[in-house]
Amino acid sequence: MFSFNYHRPESLEAALALASAGEDARLLAGGQTLIPTLKQRLASPSDLIDLAGVPALRDIVREADVLRIGAMVRHADVAASKVVREAIPALAELAGLIGDPAVRHRGTLGGSIANNDPSADYPAALLALDATVETDRRHIAAEDFFLGLFETALEPGEIVTAVAFPVGARGAYEKFPNPASRYAMAGVFVARGEGRVRVAVTGAAQGGVFRWSEAEAALETDFTVEALVGLALPAHDMIADIHGTGAYRAHLAAVMARRAVERLLGEVG
Amino acid sequence: MPLLSMTVNGAAVTAEIDIRMLLVDFLREELRLTGTHVGCDTSQCGACTVHMDGEAVKACAVLAVQAEGARILTIEGVGTLAQLHPMQEAFREHHGLQCGFCTPGMIMAGIDISRRHGTELEVATVRSELEGNICRCTGYHNIVTAIISGARAMGDASATSHAAE
Repeated sequence: MFSFNYHRPESLEAALALASAGEDARLLAGGQTLIPTLKQRLASPSDLIDLAGVPALRDIVREADVLRIGAMVRHADVAASKVVREAIPALAELAGLIGDPAVRHRGTLGGSIANNDPSADYPAALLALDATVETDRRHIAAEDFFLGLFETALEPGEIVTAVAFPVGARGAYEKFPNPASRYAMAGVFVARGEGRVRVAVTGAAQGGVFRWSEAEAALETDFTVEALVGLALPAHDMIADIHGTGAYRAHLAAVMARRAVERLLGEVG
Repeated sequence: MPLLSMTVNGAAVTAEIDIRMLLVDFLREELRLTGTHVGCDTSQCGACTVHMDGEAVKACAVLAVQAEGARILTIEGVGTLAQLHPMQEAFREHHGLQCGFCTPGMIMAGIDISRRHGTELEVATVRSELEGNICRCTGYHNIVTAIISGARAMGDASATSHAAE
């Protein structure tokens, strides 16, 4: 690990001041990706700004038709939250599938989306549920937030404060975890709202999370598993590595999409 | 070097450390609590599992400075040689180990599983909850049995202690 300065500010204002002052400051949320990255010397920030001391980022609040989850809310908290389970059960379920229990006790929503790992689970939920990322200075639609592999719309020094999820659509997330790492080989979140269907795929594509518009159109016309038959994702856009070829991941994503649709159809109501 | 303070196994500790020190190294090298093991060092194997403020975490993915002010519990703090923790006793009784390297992390995970899922555990629950703890001897069968038995014993122990109160 390269050396760095460590700060634990107690307010968002103090964190922002530090983030803009450091020459190469990095925000530290749960650290479940950043700490291993530092250990491998893949990053050498001048300053680490630990957001653990900012209490305002830890709330889960339901306001009429919006569920707002603070950036520092941990995966375990989302998975266990009664408020989340009632508002968007699929979101709680997704959080309970991230990493393993010990990782879920540290990892956070804000940390996951700010990192935008192509195999992370949360980005699929944000994209399919049409969530809004709230930062210290603006609101960014999920659509405009995830720009590509480890790339987001965040500017230097900008801090994610919360994510606002519209309540109303019913969702289902199906994930095929890598047998060793438990990261998604392909994860598909299907959300069904009033006449609208959104299908977001994570884990599979080289460019990170994306919406499968062809599947969305087919499901909007006919919300059945059969509607997806014959639809295929382009294998050359998919991640190809020792764990699987692009064609394998494209196929896996289609299978996960079918399972998610099946799950939604099987639910009562 | 920053001055670090936390509670480890019920005792207040203070030390000057390098800011880069991981929690697992702080426990092992500064405090000489070597029951917490370094296995993979990539947050996958769970041999370094300790409890931080009552919850299982991987001590190789936490900086010691992040634990400033926290309550840490390691395998050394769960029981004594004279009176093992019910989960330790269950691992002994069911031989929930082969080489034993992963055992401290497994026991810390097992206690955490019981905390979250109660003292009556299903095999499937334990197997899925153990996905962050790797036994490279692949001897999961006895480990799962031990955790189910240990959780039940934890329930009995707390029932007994309530009855005694």
